[in-house]
Amino acid sequence: MAAIQINNVEKSYRALKALNGISLSIEEGEFFGLLGPNGAGKTTLISIIAGLNRADSGSVAVHGHDVVSDYRQARKMLGVVPQELVFDPFFTVRETLRMQSGYYGLKNNDAWIDEVMHHLDLTGKADANMRALSGGMKRRVLVAQALVHKPPVIVLDEPTAGVDVELRQTLWKFISRLNREGHTVVLTTHYLEEAQALCNRVAMLKAGRVVALDTTSTLIKRISGSQLVVQLASGTLPDELKALVSHPEELKFGSKYTLRVTEYADVEPILAKLRLSGAVIEDMQLQQADLEDVFIQIMEGEK
Amino acid sequence: MTGFQTLFYKETLRFWKVATQTVAAPILTAVLYLLIFGHVLEDHVQVYPGVKYTAFLVPGLVMMSVLQNAFANSSSSLIQSKITGNLVFVLLTPLSHWELFGAYVMAAMVRGLVVGAGVFLVTAWFADITFVAPWWIAIFAVLGAAMLGTMGLIAGIWAEKFDQLAAFQNFLIMPATFLSGVFYSVQSLPAFWQTVSHFNPFFYMIDGFRYGFFGQSDVNPWLSCAAVACFLALLGSLAIYLLKSGYKLRH
Repeated sequence: MAAIQINNVEKSYRALKALNGISLSIEEGEFFGLLGPNGAGKTTLISIIAGLNRADSGSVAVHGHDVVSDYRQARKMLGVVPQELVFDPFFTVRETLRMQSGYYGLKNNDAWIDEVMHHLDLTGKADANMRALSGGMKRRVLVAQALVHKPPVIVLDEPTAGVDVELRQTLWKFISRLNREGHTVVLTTHYLEEAQALCNRVAMLKAGRVVALDTTSTLIKRISGSQLVVQLASGTLPDELKALVSHPEELKFGSKYTLRVTEYADVEPILAKLRLSGAVIEDMQLQQADLEDVFIQIMEGEK
Repeated sequence: MTGFQTLFYKETLRFWKVATQTVAAPILTAVLYLLIFGHVLEDHVQVYPGVKYTAFLVPGLVMMSVLQNAFANSSSSLIQSKITGNLVFVLLTPLSHWELFGAYVMAAMVRGLVVGAGVFLVTAWFADITFVAPWWIAIFAVLGAAMLGTMGLIAGIWAEKFDQLAAFQNFLIMPATFLSGVFYSVQSLPAFWQTVSHFNPFFYMIDGFRYGFFGQSDVNPWLSCAAVACFLALLGSLAIYLLKSGYKLRH
């Protein structure tokens, strides 16, 4: 059974079509990335999964439980970290977490609450009022609130926006551990290197449609190979290599060339040809395509 | 605790943590009303034979405090949670619309009744109070608190900004309470305004409540009870419908 099954979901805000027939199946145990530019519909989709918003048509199920008709079971399965930094100013961190456990009908959940606080470095702030916390600390509490009921599916909506390096590392260490223990994780982020490092599969959204859906490694392979950047101290690029130049303007100016290579084995013949032509290499870099290249290519291709 | 109990506890704790503002302040306001109106009108007005004006005023002020504070609790909690965005923590949970309704309204009732009890304990020092029919006192206090808690919930769901809620409070709740006979008996009004008063649900709450103290009222307490129960059922159904449909909350 899919952790999250999304069938042909549509949602409009007056004239704006926010989601235009989204279908996705996120399997149990996946670390799934939901990427897309601002306004692509990521947060709307997450809100519909979480029951914070209702689809105009289509259906969503979490572990087989429809989010509208069987919302109680669906919501028990789900832990959501909202994008906005929200908090209840009346309570301390511990009160907030106890309250959140209670909403799920959990009694005596303090052992798990303490563990979550420990992993998110919140223990020292347990009795501090929410108002007194820094932005980063409030973000940690938001994550902790989403985890108090040990949900099998965790949804994080841009959890690292405007967050310092330390929290990012703490957060990803803990979330990765939960994923290894079997929790399904769905992540939206603007940091593509994060998605590349963490997500086994990625869906790219644009204007309310899924424009790419594949494993992260397959998506990266879609960009043909890598690039070899050579800076010449003297000499020029031999004619037989000119066909490999990615940016033609480099042939007119200067001595730096970006050459397309499909695999590592292509590098040695290029260097041999340069040597034969008498060119001297001053600097050299092999650049691998990454998720950002794929993202840019796909988003531009969709224009 | 169940989800419902937790939300009820949280809503109660929320006002209790700021009790100076949510409990002590309205008690002081009611006492000021009693002292000023009582002082000015004590020797000039007698609404029921054998009942002094100050004594007449006490149940009205108690009920007014119950109603206003029940309304204030659910409405302010909801609008604050909506505007600050932390309502999401409740909306994400498996709590049903019945549980949301029950928890918000019951916490509002607790605040209304606590403030009402406080107002009574303080104002009773200034007047000779009798308890002719205590059950009616309890029934009307509970029904009134439930009704205004429900109205507060509806207003909180509907309002998107604090000023919209303030408008609801200032142009609907305040006039309806003041024109319901807190400070006077509607019998003293011209016939037209007496008729108008009978369309005001607040009138029945205060009149029935007062009957419990003095055994005298403008209309039969059974009629008042039926009227209040009908209004409560109507508003309760509307609130449940709004919560179930997700009106303004899940959009």
